Amino acid sequence: MLNSKIPAGNLEKKWEDYKGHCKLVNPANKRKLEVIVVGTGLAGASAAASLGELGYKVKAFCFQDSPRRAHSIAAQGGINAAKNYQNDGDSVFRLFYDTIKGGDYRAREANVHRLAEVSVNIIDQCVAQGVPFAREYGGLLSNRSFGGTQVQRTFYAAGQTGQQLLIGAYQALERQVALGNVTMYSRHEMLEVVKIDGKARGIIARDLVSGNLEKHFGHAVLLCTGGYGNVFYLSTNAMGSNVTAAWKAHRQGALFSNPCFTQIHPTCIPVSGDHQSKLTLMSESLRNDGRIWVPKNLNETRKAVDIPEEERDYYLERRYPAFGNLVPRDVASRAAKERCDAGYGVGTSKQAVYLDYAAAILRYGKIEAGKQGLENVTQEQIIAMGKEVVKEKYGNLFDMYAKITGEDPYEVPMRIYPAVHYTMGGLWVDYELQTTVPGLYALGEANFSEHGANRLGASALMQGLADGYFVIPYTIGNYLADEIYSKGVDTNHPAFDEAEKEVLARIEKLMSIKGTQTVESFHKRLGKIIWDKCGMARNAEGLKQAIAEVQALKKEFWSDVRIPGEINEMNPELDKANRVADFIELGELMCVDALSRNESCGGHFREEYQTEDGEALRDDENFMYVASWEFKGEHNWELHKEELKYEVIKPSQRNYK
Amino acid sequence: MEHYNMNLNLKVWRQKNKNTKGTFKMYRVENISSEMSFLEMFDVLNEQLIKDGESPVAFDHDCREGICGSCSMYINGKPHGPWQANTTCQLHMRAFKDGDTIVVEPWRADAFPVIKDLMVDRSAFDRIIQAGGYISVNTGNAVDGNTLPIEKQKADDAFAAAMCIGCGACVAACKNSSAMLFLSAKVSHLALLPQGAPERTTRVQNMVAQMDKEGFGSCTNTGACEATCPKEISITNIARLNSEYIAASFAD
Repeated sequence: MLNSKIPAGNLEKKWEDYKGHCKLVNPANKRKLEVIVVGTGLAGASAAASLGELGYKVKAFCFQDSPRRAHSIAAQGGINAAKNYQNDGDSVFRLFYDTIKGGDYRAREANVHRLAEVSVNIIDQCVAQGVPFAREYGGLLSNRSFGGTQVQRTFYAAGQTGQQLLIGAYQALERQVALGNVTMYSRHEMLEVVKIDGKARGIIARDLVSGNLEKHFGHAVLLCTGGYGNVFYLSTNAMGSNVTAAWKAHRQGALFSNPCFTQIHPTCIPVSGDHQSKLTLMSESLRNDGRIWVPKNLNETRKAVDIPEEERDYYLERRYPAFGNLVPRDVASRAAKERCDAGYGVGTSKQAVYLDYAAAILRYGKIEAGKQGLENVTQEQIIAMGKEVVKEKYGNLFDMYAKITGEDPYEVPMRIYPAVHYTMGGLWVDYELQTTVPGLYALGEANFSEHGANRLGASALMQGLADGYFVIPYTIGNYLADEIYSKGVDTNHPAFDEAEKEVLARIEKLMSIKGTQTVESFHKRLGKIIWDKCGMARNAEGLKQAIAEVQALKKEFWSDVRIPGEINEMNPELDKANRVADFIELGELMCVDALSRNESCGGHFREEYQTEDGEALRDDENFMYVASWEFKGEHNWELHKEELKYEVIKPSQRNYK
Repeated sequence: MEHYNMNLNLKVWRQKNKNTKGTFKMYRVENISSEMSFLEMFDVLNEQLIKDGESPVAFDHDCREGICGSCSMYINGKPHGPWQANTTCQLHMRAFKDGDTIVVEPWRADAFPVIKDLMVDRSAFDRIIQAGGYISVNTGNAVDGNTLPIEKQKADDAFAAAMCIGCGACVAACKNSSAMLFLSAKVSHLALLPQGAPERTTRVQNMVAQMDKEGFGSCTNTGACEATCPKEISITNIARLNSEYIAASFAD
C-alpha cells in the first residue's frame, strides 16, 4: 500500500534525476491552477512564496493575526548547511550521515540525502533575501557547532535564527501578496479537508474573527502546520500550535507515521509551578560553551557557586567523552532525567541540572585579553571581558532566562530541565511530500520524513525551508501537470457542502455540551497522562494505562466541557476546544504507536529495551520500519509498515562515547 | 529570588467586537504567584470567568517567549507594562505587589482597530511590508552566500534593525500613533545590506506612502517608541529612514 516513490539510481543522483524527469506545467497553465497552503511558518511561507513566484494561484492560511508570527519564529540556535566554509571536513555526505545517525536509523536515506543537498541552496537564498546572518570581521558568514556533529556547519543570527529566516520567507510571501499571486487569509483555521473522487480539492476554514465557515477550492492542498508537541500541554511550542489540520487529514485517509517519536529538548527552563502555561527553551547552542553538571553529593544544600570543582559531576563529559556536552538531544535529556531520578537534581523542585558558564566566561576573557595584548590583568577584568563576549553570543538568551527566573545567569549557573520541543512523527509522505491522499501534501514538521526517531539541532529550519523553497516547487508540478484538464470546482459542489455541514455539526455539538470543566483543565490532564506515560521513558504497562485513561478523558471531554460564548463570533475558547479534542485522539494514537514499537530508538525510550549502561537498544531486525497508522474509526487504527532500506549507510549502535 | 503570592484588582477593557463600544470592568484575582507571567495571571482570570459563566477576556498571544510579537497589552499606561525592553508575555508578576490595581487596555490607534477586548487588527503592518519591505529575489536566483562579503558592523546594524517583532508597541506608545519606528527598522535592515540596494529608492517611497494611507500619524521625535520597544530598536533608524527618503526624492 505504501509506495514511497523513491527514484531509482545512485543515492547522490536521485534528486537530480528526479528533477530532470518530473513533469512540468507551462506558465499559462500554472495561472489556472490553484494551490492551498495551510500554515505560514518556514515551510508554508517559503512554499507559498515560491509557488506564487512560479505563477500558481496560491491561497495561504494561518491562525495567527499575521503570517510573520508562525512558531518557526521562536527557533533560536541556527540552521545547518553542508557549505564546508570552515574547511573542517564537512560535505553533503557528512550532513546526510549525521542526520541519519542522529535519527537513530529510522529515516529514509533518499529524503535525507536530498535535504543535505539542498541545504547549501537555502543559505544562498536567505542571504539574497537579506537575512542578516552572523558574520566574521572579514565580512564572511560565521558558523557555530551544534549537538550530534563534529563539524561547524550551523549558520545563525544571534539567538534569533528562526525569526530572521521566517521574516525572510514572510517578506517573500508578502511580495507575492502584493503582486496578486498569493491571497493571504490570516486569523483562519483549517477545520476539514475536502475530497472529491479521492483527491484533495479544498478545505473548510473558520474565520476566527467572525466565526463563519468558509469553503476554499484548490487543485492541491499543502499542510505546513507544524508539529503536535502541545499534546503534552507543557511544551516549548506556541500556545496556538496544534495538530488539527494534520488530524483532519488523518481522519480523511492520510496515514500518520511514528507519532511516538517526540523530541524532549534537554535545555529548557524548569517548571516553576501549576500555573505554568508553557515552557521556554534555552537554545542548544548554549551547550557549545556551557558545561552541564549536578552535585556529586546527594541532598546537596550549598549554592552552586559554593560547590567546589571536585564535588561536581559533569555527567555528560563523564559518560560521553567524545561528544561531551554536545551529545544529541535525546541522549542529553535522558542523562539529565537519570541524574534527577537518582536524586541529584538541583533547585527547589530537584527537577533541574546546572548549565554553567563560569568556565566559558574565564576562557573567553583570557582570549580577549590576549587579543588586546593586555598583560597583568586581574581576574575581575578577565571575567568582565569574558562576560562581554558571552553577551554578544548569547545575550538575548541570558536576558530571557533572567526575566523568567529572576536570576542572573552571568553570576549563577542556569537551571535547566528537558521539555517537549519537537515531534519527528507526522503525516506519512512519499518522496514527493504527498500524503496517502492524492493532492494532499505535508511539509516541514507536519510530515514525518527526515528526522527518524530523533532530530539533530538546527535541522528543523533546514527541513522546513528545503521542503518549501526547493522540493515542493518541483514535486507539485509532477502532480499538477495531470490536473491542467481539471477546471476549478465550484465550492457549491456537494462535497464542500457536506464537509461544511459536518464541521458545523461538530462545533454545534461542542457548544451544546455546556458542561462544568474548562477546555484548559482537560488539556492539562491530557498533558499529564502523556508526559508521565509516553514522555521521556515509556513502558508497556504505563502505555496500556495511558490508553485507557485517554479514552476515558475523551468521553468526559465530550460530555462535560464548558465553552463560553457563541459560534458566530471571535471565540478563542471554542478554537481551543476544537484543538484539544483532536489532541486527545492523537494522544491515544501516540500511546498505541509507542506500545507497538518494542524497541528503544532516538526519542522513543522503552524502559524494557536498554543496554546495560542505560542506552537505547534498537531492534533493527523487527522494527526497522516507519509505523504508519490508518484511521479506521474511533479508537481503531491499522498499522502499515514501510520498510527502511539502508543501501549506503550501515546502521550501527549509536555511539557518542 | 523570594517568591510571594498576591491579590490584585484588574481594570480591564472589555469590548464585544469592533462595532460596539467598549468599557472598563473590574475584576479581582487572588493568590497570584510572583513567578507567574502576566499572561498566566490572565489565564487564571479567564478560568475564573468561565467557571462563573462570564465571557473570558480575549487577548492575542502565541509564543509566550517574547519573539512572535502577538501579545499587545497596554498595562498601567505603558505598552507591554513596566519593564524595559520587554513584551507582555515576558512580564512577570514579581513586577507587582499585593493589593495593586492594574489597568489593562488594548493598543489604541486608528490604524489598529479593536477586534475584541484586548485584541487589535494590526494587518496595516503587513500591508506596509507588501508595499516594499522585501528584496525581490525569486527562489533559485541566489549566488553563493559568501560571494558578497558584508562589513561586520553593517551586518550587525542590519540585524539590530531586523530584530523588530512587529508588535506595534511603538505605535501604541506614540501620542500621534506613528509607525515610523516599525517602518524605519525595515527600511534600515534592507538599506544597510548590499542585496537591498537595487530597490532602495522605490522601497522607502512606497512604504512611506502606504504608512500614510493606513492612517498612522506623523513622527514628532518624542522618542516614546524607542523607550517602549521590547527589542530596543533605536530611533537612529528613523533618522536613517528620513535621509533615505530625502535621497529618494532627489533621485526622482
